[in-house]
Amino acid sequence: MKVTLRILRNNDSTSHESVYKDYPVEVEPTDRILDALQYITWNVDGTLGYRRSCAHGVCGSDAMRINGRERLACKVLFQDVVDEKRWVREPGKKATQVDEENTGDDIVIAIEPLMHLPVQRDLMVNQTKFFENFRAVKPWIVPKEEPGEKEYVQSEEEHVLFDEATKCINCAACYSACPILDENPDFIGPSALVHAARFVRDSRDKGLSERLEALDQPNGLWACTNQFECTKVCPRDIKITKLINLTKRELTKYRASRGESVNDGK
Amino acid sequence: MRPHRGTTFIEMIYEFDAVIVGGGGAGLYAALEASKSAKTAVVSKLYPMRSHTGAAQGGIGAALGNIDEDKPEWHAFDTVKGGDYLVDQNAAKILADEAVKAVYDLEHRGLPFSRTDKGLISQRRFGGHTSEFGKAAVRRACHAADRTGHMILQTLYQQCIKNDVEFYNEFQVVDVIMNGTTCTGVIAFELATGELHIFKAKAVMFATGGFGRMFRITSNAHAYTGDGPAILARAGVPMEDMEFFQFHPTGIRSMGILITEGVRGEGGILKNGKGERFMEEYAPTLLDLAPRDMISRAIVTEILAGRGARGDGKIDDYVWLDATHLGRETIEKKIPDIQDFCKTYLAIDPVESAMPVQPTAHYAMGGIPTDVDGRVVNTKEAYSGLYAAGECACVSVHGANRLGTNSLVDLIVYGRRAGSHIAEYVKSASAPVVSDDAAEAARERIARIHENRGKGGGNPGEMYKRMQETMMKNVGVYRDEESMKLALSDMQAMREEFSTVSGQDETADFNAEILSLLELENLIDLGVLTAASALNRKESRGAHSRRDYPDRNDDDWLKHTMASMDDKGSVTIDYKPVDLSIWEPKPRVY
Repeated sequence: MKVTLRILRNNDSTSHESVYKDYPVEVEPTDRILDALQYITWNVDGTLGYRRSCAHGVCGSDAMRINGRERLACKVLFQDVVDEKRWVREPGKKATQVDEENTGDDIVIAIEPLMHLPVQRDLMVNQTKFFENFRAVKPWIVPKEEPGEKEYVQSEEEHVLFDEATKCINCAACYSACPILDENPDFIGPSALVHAARFVRDSRDKGLSERLEALDQPNGLWACTNQFECTKVCPRDIKITKLINLTKRELTKYRASRGESVNDGK
Repeated sequence: MRPHRGTTFIEMIYEFDAVIVGGGGAGLYAALEASKSAKTAVVSKLYPMRSHTGAAQGGIGAALGNIDEDKPEWHAFDTVKGGDYLVDQNAAKILADEAVKAVYDLEHRGLPFSRTDKGLISQRRFGGHTSEFGKAAVRRACHAADRTGHMILQTLYQQCIKNDVEFYNEFQVVDVIMNGTTCTGVIAFELATGELHIFKAKAVMFATGGFGRMFRITSNAHAYTGDGPAILARAGVPMEDMEFFQFHPTGIRSMGILITEGVRGEGGILKNGKGERFMEEYAPTLLDLAPRDMISRAIVTEILAGRGARGDGKIDDYVWLDATHLGRETIEKKIPDIQDFCKTYLAIDPVESAMPVQPTAHYAMGGIPTDVDGRVVNTKEAYSGLYAAGECACVSVHGANRLGTNSLVDLIVYGRRAGSHIAEYVKSASAPVVSDDAAEAARERIARIHENRGKGGGNPGEMYKRMQETMMKNVGVYRDEESMKLALSDMQAMREEFSTVSGQDETADFNAEILSLLELENLIDLGVLTAASALNRKESRGAHSRRDYPDRNDDDWLKHTMASMDDKGSVTIDYKPVDLSIWEPKPRVY
């Protein structure tokens, strides 16, 4: 089928302005969006910039907005989006789908970079802040006890408590989709909170006490107001909002047990 | 954004004790070890945690014996037999012995392994892994559902940031600096600025992964372009056993995306177009858990005999991998990512339907020759300050065919060993000496790409496709003299043609096109070495199956290939003996 990729480009050596550029391509319904981007760079326009590596949704390189929704270009097939209404999001609000006049016979698919991170070129964004926030939650195990010769014993029930959070591939789709970050760029963001939950909920880890600084503050856990946009866009199907709420509950309990109140800035 | 300046300046000269090229499992483990005492940098063309280790699915083999009785000696033997006796046996022994400690170490560092009902690390069956030297399949593959590689990569990166390992992200290494047989650094291209930088180092380790992108159907990442081996091959280091490239039997039809052997480890069954369990014919004992080379050949044989799913005998026909009898609970708990891939790319649920699969180019058994401490060696001696580990290296623990899970074991065991050897070596090594014009060759290669613009040279997109077609068709699961000769001449012609290639992008900042072209050049060079090594070996062994020489020939060919390429692209072959110190070679039946 014939489709047009309408790519938001920022590749001007002087003005740094973003402009849409149309790329008509012939694709199979089962092709990935990434396949078409690859075709364009190798055969049409070598100046198009984007990141990619594994091409099957596990490395997290190619998150971008496709028809207005954060997704991995390697995990979306054309048949998934050709009939889809475009997504739009007003600042601070949830995304909704809009009716748009599709002019002529063309199927147009909009491709835009992630939000909340500065564009470097075209679909490449600077992820420095995203990774700084990741580091801030101490995303490594702080063991309760010294290991023995063999493995720590952990029941499958204990393992299941944090297993889902370990699926995160740091693609930043949630960071872009989060309405809170539209208005509060200092919010630590959903992904970092998933990594915090991964360790807080691990029976081998000392948990909350090690990560209070990043979590228990107005721009940490408490900035989340349950918009669920992160959960909806997560390409790994992590129930992010639920994990954030579970951590909030743990933290409230933790503070209460010490006769303290949480630092939510209220 | 700055326009390209014609010739790229050297912006910075960095100096470290150790530079690790690549941020996957082997690189990160080595960095953790080396950085304990040496000033260490990880230089990677990708962002952290994007490396292809993260795509490994099914498990990491170690004889923990958590479910079935197991011994490292059995693991070592399976590795040797699985590799069709081209494995260096002492290296396999080290691999199996140290795997046990390495898995416990990963668990202590937080790796979220799936658990047994006793709360121990869960283990499952995998192809070619047996108890008592081949008696029966054994549960040896330690796993975190079907994302074991992802968890290894995450865990090691977590440890690296905890330990303040220094990273240079999106720096693509384009050349190595050699002083005779001593390595003194690398040249890296910084994506963000387009500058070339010199990294001086007492020790350099390459951990750049594989090069499956030279084939049309592959499970490999776009980034898997063999940068390390190609750079060293051009610097005169011979490449070992390049003819042995593994085709994993179960890639998603036409896309090549990997469906883990863990599906068969959990009980999945391969069926031909008639619904027959064809592995009964080819491996009566291990059936669907025979080694990968044997199963890939069985699939191609079934397809060519008209028993594929479509029955037309064409090369893109396929067979079925049936897991429907495992039940929803096992699939959702043990292979959730596979279920996700099937839903995303095939619009099927493996709980309800069989998966259409075909062999996919998966793993390079060959690569940079090293000893058991990760030091790069040629046929005569070891280089000083030059190391390699992981898929880009050839220790050799995989011989002619790697067993499932052993890639992750290799990363962890030999990544760590190389890292600790580096830590010791740099203590007494002298300061690296680097000449002023060290970056000259790299600068010329990049300048040439810019200078070719507008001169109507070769079309890189078309060349990429041509390379993948010829390698897939002519150096695939089955090979013969005629097909390999054709591939070699195709690849050599492409190597010639590459000197005329240009890019469209004139800017310096974030010019990813230049990097893609340099990656293509690396693949072409390795394609030449692969085709030439394959053409030279006149026998069938492991993944190298020749129609014109169908049998293994230990008398003449029980030896490692060492292939060197000159600057004209012609290849000369030398040999290295195989370490046979433990087990005598026997016919390989399962």
